[in-house]
Amino acid sequence: MTNEKMKRPNLAVEIAGIKLKNPVMPASGTFGYGEEYAPYLDLNCLGAIVTKGLSLNPKAGNPTPRIAETTSGMLNAIGLQNVGIDAFVQGKVPYYRGITTPIIANFFGNTLEEYGEVARKLNDVPEVTGVELNISCPNVKQGGIVFGTEPSAAAQVVALVRKALNKPLIVKLTPNVTDITVIARAVEEAGADAISCINTITGMAIDIRTRQPKIANRTGGLSGPAIRPVAVRMTHQVVQAVKIPVIGIGGIMCAEDALEFLIAGATAVQVGTANFIDPAAMIAVIEGLERFLIEEGLDDIRQVIGSLKV
Amino acid sequence: MKNYSTTILANNEIAPGYFRMKLLAPGISTQTQPGQFIMIRPQTGLPTMLRRPFGILRCGFLPPECNGLPEREYLEILYKVVGKGTTFLSELHAGDRAEVLGPLGRGFDLGAIGKEKILVGGGIGLVPLFLLAETLIKRGDKVRLLMGGRTRDDILCVTEFERIGVETYVSTDDGSLGEAGFVTNALKRKLDKYPQAEVFACGPMPMLAAVAHICSVDHVPLQVSLEAHMACGVGACLGCVVKGAGHSEQNPRYLCTCKAGPVFTADELDWERLEHKGESCTKGCA
Repeated sequence: MTNEKMKRPNLAVEIAGIKLKNPVMPASGTFGYGEEYAPYLDLNCLGAIVTKGLSLNPKAGNPTPRIAETTSGMLNAIGLQNVGIDAFVQGKVPYYRGITTPIIANFFGNTLEEYGEVARKLNDVPEVTGVELNISCPNVKQGGIVFGTEPSAAAQVVALVRKALNKPLIVKLTPNVTDITVIARAVEEAGADAISCINTITGMAIDIRTRQPKIANRTGGLSGPAIRPVAVRMTHQVVQAVKIPVIGIGGIMCAEDALEFLIAGATAVQVGTANFIDPAAMIAVIEGLERFLIEEGLDDIRQVIGSLKV
Repeated sequence: MKNYSTTILANNEIAPGYFRMKLLAPGISTQTQPGQFIMIRPQTGLPTMLRRPFGILRCGFLPPECNGLPEREYLEILYKVVGKGTTFLSELHAGDRAEVLGPLGRGFDLGAIGKEKILVGGGIGLVPLFLLAETLIKRGDKVRLLMGGRTRDDILCVTEFERIGVETYVSTDDGSLGEAGFVTNALKRKLDKYPQAEVFACGPMPMLAAVAHICSVDHVPLQVSLEAHMACGVGACLGCVVKGAGHSEQNPRYLCTCKAGPVFTADELDWERLEHKGESCTKGCA
């Protein structure tokens, strides 16, 4: 083997002006604020870190039970429990100074004003490289989904945040709509720099002995391998519909799963439920992507992105 | 805290529906505090996906197989088959592989040296108490175990506790072993006799609530080990929270069972508002 051949393939990509050393990052809400996972993997090896969803004020979250495993997936209705933006900036952000990986702050609001206010607060946090706007949480009434299912409301909140924010803006979409491409186009026109898709799919599970829903919120968001084919389909549709980059999310457990999204046209991927099963899951995904490129004789991950043959 | 793949050494049914699993666990004995737990997942052929949390029953060194070989460390869990995950776990054999994450969480504070220690275990709730008893006895504390269960089949490992020098008292709801009635009756009597004692409890939520009530009336220090459905075990998913003392809608205080616990002092929790629903699975969750 020549030295030329032994060169490691390039995994770096760019999303909304954020340079990622590889296209793998955690999905919001599955990785805490990042620090929780530091004992299990090197945070500097990740493409980016996406925080738990933040709001203007601290949020208590939903009653328990909040999670239930289902066939090849899990339901959750955490209810966006978080420390609030101010406590995040004071308590969590200083930790990021020791990390080179870009930090993407996920946030949501109860009202349009709150979305704007959190965006402005994030402007003053240099440690935060970009933001992911959650207009898609299915588990709280004002968790954003009201903004995520109606194209004009989605456009309104994205335009408002775009105006308030001086950082790259990623918008995370819900799959719980008739046609995700309509929402995708609406947020693109309103100024989104990138789109994350998909958030969890609303679901329900029932304990047949107690006749009660398995989670206290009755319904929850389904994640895990069970939703992957739906997520790949929606990623494919959104990629066709918009020009901005797309981050594919949904049941990625290994590099092969991530590659489906990349081939469908996603520029990067987020790994969610897999972090719960193996805290080092993302490292295995990154290593697997590199191995795939070597096996395929490719030297750049960008040769894979959007390479779908139809 | 480690994340590794390991070998199962034994997995036997010790009472109807209760299994005891022994695994190789390098480094476990020096790392584990009594009351901590691990997350386990079989390595292949999974009908379930998430790991399940289990209290650590015992850990230590195996006798060397032959002279000169380094001693290997093991850990043991004891679990009740309650759902798909534990059913699958119960079907594994020696030699099968499992993925282990741990030890996790906050363990028991050992309390004042020399003071009377009363341990209260309900059913499978005795699991985290064994390592605790062992540690307390090693440093010279007097340890009493009050064991409760529905029937005699739910009373586990009593002789094992006795062998290390724990004085044990058994009650069953149906009187099929030991005294008939709740374990809390025995607790009241012991506290009358040893009012200076410190209490450590693990078991179903109604039992813990009753123990907490008794201890608060008598101003006895109490630590409880809780169980909850968990996805991650490291404080990220926020699926396993319990309401902490001072919790209110306006000023919510949720504590992660996996990270702030599983051991809490009784005054850290909001006993009025603890949700009992779905929390009866006792350290061998679904």
